[in-house]
Amino acid sequence: MSSSDTDGKRNVGTYFHGVIRRMSRVPLTSWLGIVVIAMYVLVALFAPLIAPYGEFEVVSQRPFEPWSEQFIFGTDQLGRDVLSRLIFGARNTIGIAFVATSLTFLIGGTVGITAAVVGGVVDQAISRVVDAVMSIPDLVFILMLLAIAGPGATNLVIIIAVIGATRVYRLSRAAAHNVVSLEFVEAARARGETLPWVVTQEIQPNILPVLISDFGMRFCFVFLAIAGLSFLGVGLQPPTAEWGSMVRESAALISAGDITPLIPATAIGLLTIAVNFVGDWILNETSGLSDGR
Amino acid sequence: MNKASDEQLEGTFVNSTANPILRMLTQRIMLGILSLLIVSFLIFSAVSLLPGDFATQILGGSATPETLAALREQLGLDLPWYQRYVVWLGNVSTGDFGQSFSSRPVTQIIGSRLLNTFYLAGLTALFAVPLAIGLGILAALYRNRTVDRLLSTASLASISLPDFFIAYILMLTFAIELHWLPTISNIRPTMDTGEQLMRMVLPALTLTLVILAYIMRNTRAAIVGVMSRPYIEMAELKGESPARVVIRHALPNAIGPIANVVALSLAYLIAGVVVTEVVFAYPGIGQTIVDAVRNRDIPVIQACTLIFSVTYILLNLIADVISIISNPRLLHPSGK
Repeated sequence: MSSSDTDGKRNVGTYFHGVIRRMSRVPLTSWLGIVVIAMYVLVALFAPLIAPYGEFEVVSQRPFEPWSEQFIFGTDQLGRDVLSRLIFGARNTIGIAFVATSLTFLIGGTVGITAAVVGGVVDQAISRVVDAVMSIPDLVFILMLLAIAGPGATNLVIIIAVIGATRVYRLSRAAAHNVVSLEFVEAARARGETLPWVVTQEIQPNILPVLISDFGMRFCFVFLAIAGLSFLGVGLQPPTAEWGSMVRESAALISAGDITPLIPATAIGLLTIAVNFVGDWILNETSGLSDGR
Repeated sequence: MNKASDEQLEGTFVNSTANPILRMLTQRIMLGILSLLIVSFLIFSAVSLLPGDFATQILGGSATPETLAALREQLGLDLPWYQRYVVWLGNVSTGDFGQSFSSRPVTQIIGSRLLNTFYLAGLTALFAVPLAIGLGILAALYRNRTVDRLLSTASLASISLPDFFIAYILMLTFAIELHWLPTISNIRPTMDTGEQLMRMVLPALTLTLVILAYIMRNTRAAIVGVMSRPYIEMAELKGESPARVVIRHALPNAIGPIANVVALSLAYLIAGVVVTEVVFAYPGIGQTIVDAVRNRDIPVIQACTLIFSVTYILLNLIADVISIISNPRLLHPSGK
């Protein structure tokens, strides 16, 4: 993909050297991003080992206890340890966003490629519906569907995935369009392969790079949407530790100059910044659009 | 979409007698009306996914079958769906959104609050759009230099932050630490305009930061995209200053994409005010939508979704019109 940026003479290197050379060109912001993402993933995976207290454990009789050695970020309105809820929140917030994003790509990618392969009326019909759905502002549409379906993690994931899938549909349909007319697809069809085979075995591997470079951006959107909805009180429901709801529950402290509510908000912001920095770099590398050269 | 615009392009060249701009404009407006119809139908039919129907929702579980049937007849629920859609569409287009589940008319619940929301969004756009385009031009002018890198890193970071984070940081800084502005924006009609504006500064500033980065990055991208064209090189070789090349030569050709991204951001702004309004307790539509979702008051949220979608489609239509009018090649179809 980015073979054009190796400088002529040193083209003959082992695969390993190539990787090293490429890694050394990764800008500092992306390195920071990668480190931060790795840390979040580790915290999310090993939450029960790292957290000093349990997710729902009431550790203090006093609500909103100040920061101390025993409770590093104090306690919340029910006397639960804020740091522990922050750590378990990583698991819930990131986990759900990841599941929703994957589902987004599964739906959008499958339907998009299928539409490109089948073409004709089916393609036109799906595309018109997708256009219409995309002209309803995301957040309001999600809120409307949530009002209809009722709250709950499963409903939230499905609704966000379906709405997000419209954009992935556009992308994968356009990418698949370029592949559909190639000879190997024709060959596969000529030897009588079924539609699922053509979609998953012939086309999908060829458009995967495009989809992967879009994954980061989609993840950020989904992650921020879930945090925002939980902040509004219509996303993940208590007592689940979730960063958006944690901001909401302690928001009153802000007017007293206490920055505790900003900690989960920072946790959200830091991860999306990291993902965006890495995603931006991947996009530049894969699209060859890095301007000014 | 693509197919349609290809046909339009062909039409422009083949049929040079008809005014191409007029033709493209009518085509866009027809497309806009078509998507309005599809969207309204989507929103209308989403309600039919509800368990039970309007009548059960309004009267609750304890209603007798007779009262239910009476209300259904009163609300027109006994008609087939296509008749109900036509009736609903007719009512909606005259501003009648029916009754909410709390049995007050929807228009009464959302009316004044919706105006407040548009007021806040309009005020924000007034500042944010010129500022964002200006910064985008600046970044394109100094592309790949320190100013550009700083702006691009800062804007990428601000895109990544959740709205409520920006809102609370601003509140903490300007209202709680510096005491310059009030923490809550509960404006009332009885306040004078100065007081109202003062209370709107923080939410407007939050929203500005939310959409600024997006418009700025896309303005820069649109101009940089034009900068690689041969005629720009020609202008540079003529010895024109970089500022003149960007503003006089590149910018006019980037107006189309910029208009589109501004329309998109403004549409986002109107829907994205929800979080900001809740943080600052601004009496806009935000809190009403959240309450409606919690109480599952579908008619209210249905009306809001429809109004936001209509705004979005109208803004997009305006952007399309601007990009068609601003395209100098279309003004001289026979010259090509």
